[in-house]
Amino acid sequence: MSGHSTYVPKSAVGKWFESRLPIMGLIHSSFVVFPNPRNLNYFWTFGGILAFMLVAQIITGVVLAMHYTAHADMAFNSVELIMRDVNYGWMLRYLHANGASMFFIAVYVHIFRGLYYGSYKAPREVLWILGVIIFLLMMATAFMGYVLPWGQMSFWGATVITNLFSAIPGVGEVIVSYLWGGYSVSNPTLNRFFSLHYLLPFMIAGVVVLHIWALHVPGSNNPTGIEKKTDKDMLPFHPYFTVKDAFALSCFLMVYVWFAFYIPNFLGHADNYIEANAAVTPSHIVPEWYFLPFYAILRAIPDKLLGVLAMFGSIAIMVVVPWLDTSKVRSGNYRPVFQIFFWLFAINAVILGWLGSKPPEGMYVVASRICTVYYFAYYILVLPLLGLFETPKSLPASIADSVLGKGGSGSAMASGAAASPSTKG
Amino acid sequence: MATTHASASAEPTRRDFLFIATGAAGAVGLAATIWPFISQMAPDAATIAAGAPVDFDLSPVAEGQIVKLFWRGKLIFVRHRTAAEIKAAQDTDVASLRDPEPDSVRVKPGKDQWLIVYGNCTHLGCVPLGNEGAFHGWQCPCHGSVFDTSGRIRQGPAPINLPVPPYAFTSDKAIRIG
Repeated sequence: MSGHSTYVPKSAVGKWFESRLPIMGLIHSSFVVFPNPRNLNYFWTFGGILAFMLVAQIITGVVLAMHYTAHADMAFNSVELIMRDVNYGWMLRYLHANGASMFFIAVYVHIFRGLYYGSYKAPREVLWILGVIIFLLMMATAFMGYVLPWGQMSFWGATVITNLFSAIPGVGEVIVSYLWGGYSVSNPTLNRFFSLHYLLPFMIAGVVVLHIWALHVPGSNNPTGIEKKTDKDMLPFHPYFTVKDAFALSCFLMVYVWFAFYIPNFLGHADNYIEANAAVTPSHIVPEWYFLPFYAILRAIPDKLLGVLAMFGSIAIMVVVPWLDTSKVRSGNYRPVFQIFFWLFAINAVILGWLGSKPPEGMYVVASRICTVYYFAYYILVLPLLGLFETPKSLPASIADSVLGKGGSGSAMASGAAASPSTKG
Repeated sequence: MATTHASASAEPTRRDFLFIATGAAGAVGLAATIWPFISQMAPDAATIAAGAPVDFDLSPVAEGQIVKLFWRGKLIFVRHRTAAEIKAAQDTDVASLRDPEPDSVRVKPGKDQWLIVYGNCTHLGCVPLGNEGAFHGWQCPCHGSVFDTSGRIRQGPAPINLPVPPYAFTSDKAIRIG
């Protein structure tokens, strides 16, 4: 779909350059004339929002790294110096710290959009798996970033997460001491986490390129889940989706900067303003909010190895979702029974997050177990069986029909736009 | 490639041999190159050297008190147990434990009042809180593991007892850890 470049350089220099490196044609065919389904709703704007957040995190992060000291004795103070002494250091740090949370809000919307509209189904399985890889890299990056301020939550978060690997039978203890570079979380650990925290965003950027490449082979899924039939189903990326994405991004940015400027510590933990102390664990240790559902799954199981396996499994299982879902119908809009289970799954995930923030005792543990069972049952039982038993609603004849009605009045304008997309740029 | 030449006869050609030999040499070279990048992650010489034995004077530790100290960067609890705590640890039915160890193997002979154990929970490494939990030993604030007055796991997700570090009594009131 992205192959048919209609780009014609206007200037002589443009022609000279394009014949040597056709990058302007690639951008033009990928982000200007690229055809998108005309019925995309605002859930489809989160891909663009995520791309923005990645760039925002890299820019603020690179600048913060110029003022940060990756040493166990100095890291905590250097963060306070960023907050007090560096011009706009407080703003850069709050944008970066809250940016991580915003990044995860956007990625969770993006993932649930994919789950609801069946965006993982053929022919988009590789696209989906690349997304899961990006999600894993994001989690690793966020975790290591949270360690860098070297506060109490940093230190004990690092201790708990690295100790997950000690559950591996036989070699676990050796692996953990190799992760630490010592016999406990210590200065070598902080140094390597800083190095990797700087590296991983660029690896994410690399996988994002593959993600977009894999997206541009079949093109975007859409709320009906049916494929393009005629050009009438599509609109060019620019101006229709550039403007829609820009508007959504603007709204999103208002939330982001509201957090960064008005409640910058709302999503953090006060304990992280206490310098790391290897002799005292904070009385109530929890990870950042975006890890809480997985943390609840870890704690729901009263066995160390099985708990760790369940936690990693809860993410790994997303890789095989394209093959677990047996339904021929992509979009949840046309699957009445699926909708019930899907929204239960979404609510279940939120409850798991809430349970992850509670102490691991009494009713919280029981509830965590019930929610963990449903989390896995959704993937292993609901998705495979629903496809066999559910009677889906009838699908619209085409994407255009779903938004314009059959022969609707809007079609003249829209088909005109689609017929000569490059003139609209 | 080689297969097209070999298709006439089953006999491997000289080119097959060169291909395999080159590949094997390359694989060995690659592994030798990767190894330093793995090995550098291990605790370095300074970290290992910092693990020299430490001496600790027990005389200021009052009965019922738990003292924390570090050896090789790892937290160690020194607990001066009361008679009731010793009795509770000794009277426990060993067969009922997840990690069955009698109290006698976790302390030095004739030194029942001194329990010396690593201070990080064997689940995920948090520091358990002393004198807490159903068995008045320790309770971990992170994931709820409960240890008894012998440092043995009684409830919760931790798989094994708090390990006993290598140590010896250098006098009646002093130990050397390491």
